[in-house]
Amino acid sequence: MTAPNMTAAETRQLVLDTLAAIAPEADLAHLPGDAVLREELDLDSMDFLNFVTALHERTGIDIPEADYPSLSTLDGAVAYLRREPPGPATA
Amino acid sequence: MTDFLMPSLGADMEAGTLAEWLVKPGDAVKRGDVVAVVETDKGAIEIEIFNDGVVSELVVPVGARVPVGTVLARLGDTAQTPAPKPPLAPAVAAPSPPTPPSASPPSASPPSAPPPSAPARPRSSPAARRLAAARGIDLARMAGSGPGGAIVLADLEAPRPAAPRGDLAARRGFDPAAMRLAIGSAMSRSKREIPHYYLSETIDCTAALAWLERRNRDRAPPERVLPAALFVRAVALALAKTPELNGYWQDGHFQPGGGVHIGWAIALRGGGLVAPAIRDADALSVDGIMAAMRDLVLRARGARLRGSELTAPTITITSLGDRGAEAVWPIIYPPQVAMVGIGRIVTRPWVVGGSIAARPVVTLTLAGDHRASDGHLGGRFLAEIGRRLQEIEAP
Amino acid sequence: MSAATSAPEPQRVTYREACKLAIRAAILADPRVVLMGEDVARYGGCYAVTKGLAAELGEDRIRDTPLSEAGFVGAGIGAALAGLRPIVEIMTVNFSLLALDQIVNSAAAIPHMSGGQFAVPLVIRMATGAGRQLAAQHSHSLEGWYAHIPGLKILAPATVEDARHMLQPAIDDPNPVLLFEHVMLYGEEGTLDPAVTGVDIVSARIRRPGSDVTLVTYGGSLFKTLEAAESLRQEGIEAEVIDLRVLRPLDMTTILGSVARTHRAVIVDEGWRSGSLSAEIAARIGEASFYDLDAPIRRVCSREVPIPYAAHLEQAALPQAPDIAATARALVKGG
Repeated sequence: MTAPNMTAAETRQLVLDTLAAIAPEADLAHLPGDAVLREELDLDSMDFLNFVTALHERTGIDIPEADYPSLSTLDGAVAYLRREPPGPATA
Repeated sequence: MTDFLMPSLGADMEAGTLAEWLVKPGDAVKRGDVVAVVETDKGAIEIEIFNDGVVSELVVPVGARVPVGTVLARLGDTAQTPAPKPPLAPAVAAPSPPTPPSASPPSASPPSAPPPSAPARPRSSPAARRLAAARGIDLARMAGSGPGGAIVLADLEAPRPAAPRGDLAARRGFDPAAMRLAIGSAMSRSKREIPHYYLSETIDCTAALAWLERRNRDRAPPERVLPAALFVRAVALALAKTPELNGYWQDGHFQPGGGVHIGWAIALRGGGLVAPAIRDADALSVDGIMAAMRDLVLRARGARLRGSELTAPTITITSLGDRGAEAVWPIIYPPQVAMVGIGRIVTRPWVVGGSIAARPVVTLTLAGDHRASDGHLGGRFLAEIGRRLQEIEAP
Repeated sequence: MSAATSAPEPQRVTYREACKLAIRAAILADPRVVLMGEDVARYGGCYAVTKGLAAELGEDRIRDTPLSEAGFVGAGIGAALAGLRPIVEIMTVNFSLLALDQIVNSAAAIPHMSGGQFAVPLVIRMATGAGRQLAAQHSHSLEGWYAHIPGLKILAPATVEDARHMLQPAIDDPNPVLLFEHVMLYGEEGTLDPAVTGVDIVSARIRRPGSDVTLVTYGGSLFKTLEAAESLRQEGIEAEVIDLRVLRPLDMTTILGSVARTHRAVIVDEGWRSGSLSAEIAARIGEASFYDLDAPIRRVCSREVPIPYAAHLEQAALPQAPDIAATARALVKGG
C-alpha cells in the first residue's frame, strides 16, 4: 500500500491516525487543514521525527529532511504523500 | 534471607503504591529482574531487584501505598526451597497496615537499643484509618480537614483533578497534580540547599548541523538522528575531563558517579517531566544515544520506565528543542551536582575569520553546585562541549 | 369526591388530644383497663389529658387518687398482678421518685423474682421535661434513670401518632411500661393518618433521612433536632434524625445502621449528660461502630444544673436547635 494508490480521503485518514498515535489527547476532528501541526499539536522534534517515521513505515516514502517543510500542515502532508513515489529503502 | 525494599526513585519520592507483583513466592530471581510495578508521582515504574535469590514472601499487597524503605518482599537463598513464613513475623496478613517509615520489627531490636520514640501519630478518624489501611494510604503525609484538624474520610476521598485525555490517562498511576507537587518539592529543596552558579556559552553549530545533514541524507527516517543526540554525546565526552560535575552531593561531600549516566529531561504531554538515564552515554555512539533517547521518550510517555532509570542519572540535560527558548537556567536535581541546558538553535550574526556571517548557534548553560565545583571548572566544561561539537567523528 | 368521603379524613389533633384518644379507646376496648392518678378525674389531669373522660367513662375507670405516689403506684402494681390492665398517671417524673421503690423494687422485679409466674402489665404515664417555668422540682428529664432498670420498658412518644398508638401495645405488654410525655409537646399539633391503626414499641424511627451526620434524639428534643437539621440542610449538610421512641430496650440496629452510612453521630438529650442515656448510646456506638466513625461522638444535653425557674435561664440550660446545628456542623465541616 502506497500513498499514491490511495484516495485523498484515505491518505488524510492515514495522516490523522498517525497524528493520533503521537498526540492522543488532541481533538483531530477539528484540526484545520492549514494549521501548523507542530504548533497546533505541540509536537517537539522527537514527536515530529516519530510522525515522519510512522508515515514512512506506512507508505514507503522516504521523506528526506529537506522535505519536512512540506509536511508542516495536514493538507500539505496529504498532498506530499500523494505526490511522492515510494523509495527503495524499506519493504 | 534478604529484604526487598520500596526503593527511592528520586529526591522527591517519599512513598509508592505497589501496583503489580510480577513474581510470586517460590520464583527464582536474579539481580536486575523486574519484579514489581510501583505507582509513583512519575507514573507506573518497573522495579528491579538487586539480589539473586528465591522469593519467599510478598509482604506488601497490591494496592498498598508504603513509604520508601518499607520491606516489600523477602528473599531466600537461591539454594533454598521457598522458606516457610518466619514464625516471628506477626502473621503478615495481606491487608496489614503500612509500616511506619522508621518502625523496625520488634524482634529485630536488640534489647540494649534505646526505645524508639513514639512516631508522631496523625489525628485521624477511625473510619479514615480503616480506609487508609485498605487502600495503603500513608496518613502521616496527609492534612486533615475534620474536627481538630483530624484526617477524615473526605480527605481520603477528595476528588483528584481529572486526568487529561489521551496518553496521560493511559499512563497508569500518573497524576499530573501529584507530579507537580513532587517537582515543586524537589526543586524547592534544590533552591534551598544547593548554592547554584550559572554559566553560559554560545556555540557555533555549523559543523555539527552539516555533519548531521550528511548523516541523515541517505537514511530512512527510523535511522535519522536529532541534534540533541550530538549534544548529549558531546556532554558525555566532556565529562571525562571534568568528573567533578558527574556525581552526587551526599552526606556533606561529593561522590563521583559510577559511570556517565545522563538524565534526559522529557516533557510529558499535558504537563510535568521525568529525566530517566541514558546509561554509560560516554560509551555510546551517536546512533546509540539516539536509540536510547527514542526508547526513553516512548516509554516515558506511553509505557513504563524502570526504577533504576530514574535513580541512575549522574547529571541531567534539559534540551529545549527547536521550538523552545534560546537559553535555560536549570535547577539542579538533587543529589546531582550539575545540570546542562541546551537552548534552541538560532541563526545569528557570527564573526568567522574576521568577517561577519550568518551562523546557526546554540546557547549552552550550566548550573553547578558550588559545594562541589567552581565556575572555573564549569567554564572549562562548557568549552570542552563546544570543542566536541566542532569535530564530530564517526560513528 | 365520593371516594374521599367514604374514607376517613386525616385528622389534625394536638398531642394532648392524641393521648386522650388513646386512653379513651383503650378503656372502651377492654374492661380491665382503668386509669388512676392525682387530679385525673374531676380536674381532668394537671395537663388536661383526661379532661372530660371521667364524665364519659365513669369514675370507676378514671379514678382520682390521694397525693401519695408510693401508695397509688403500689395499688396499680397490685391491680396489675390481680388481673387488671391499669394505667397510672404520675404528674411529673420528679414526683415519681416518691414511687421509686414501687417501680424498681416491685414492678420491675416481681416478674423476674417470681420466675415469670406473675406478670405486671402496668403502664405508668408521666410528664417529663422543662420549658414551662415550673422550676427544678417539676422540670427534669429522668427517663434515662428508668432506662437503667432491667424489667422496665421505657417509651417516649414524640409525635401525635405515637402518642395515639403507643399506649395500646404498652397495655398489652406483660411487663411494666413507663411512658414519658414531654410537657412541651402537649400543645403541638400533628396529623393522625386514619390508615395507621397501630405502632410497634420496639423500634426507633428515622424521622428525616440524611447522609452526613446522624442526630439521635427522642421526645421533646425531636422537633428541635428536626429544626436544626433543616437549618443544616440550607448549609448543604444532610442530617439524619433518629427518633428513639423506645428508650429501653434501645434499638441499636437502627442507630448503628445510620452511623454506618453517615460516619458521624450527635446525641441530643434533654437529660443531663453525666451517667445518662446519651452516655449509654455514645458508649454503644463506640463499642460497635468504632471503625465507622469519621468524627468523635458528640452530645448535646442539658446544662448540669437543676433546671432554673427564670425563663431565660431555663432556656439557656436546655438543648436548643442552634446548639444542635453547631455541634453537627463542627463534626461535618471540621474546625
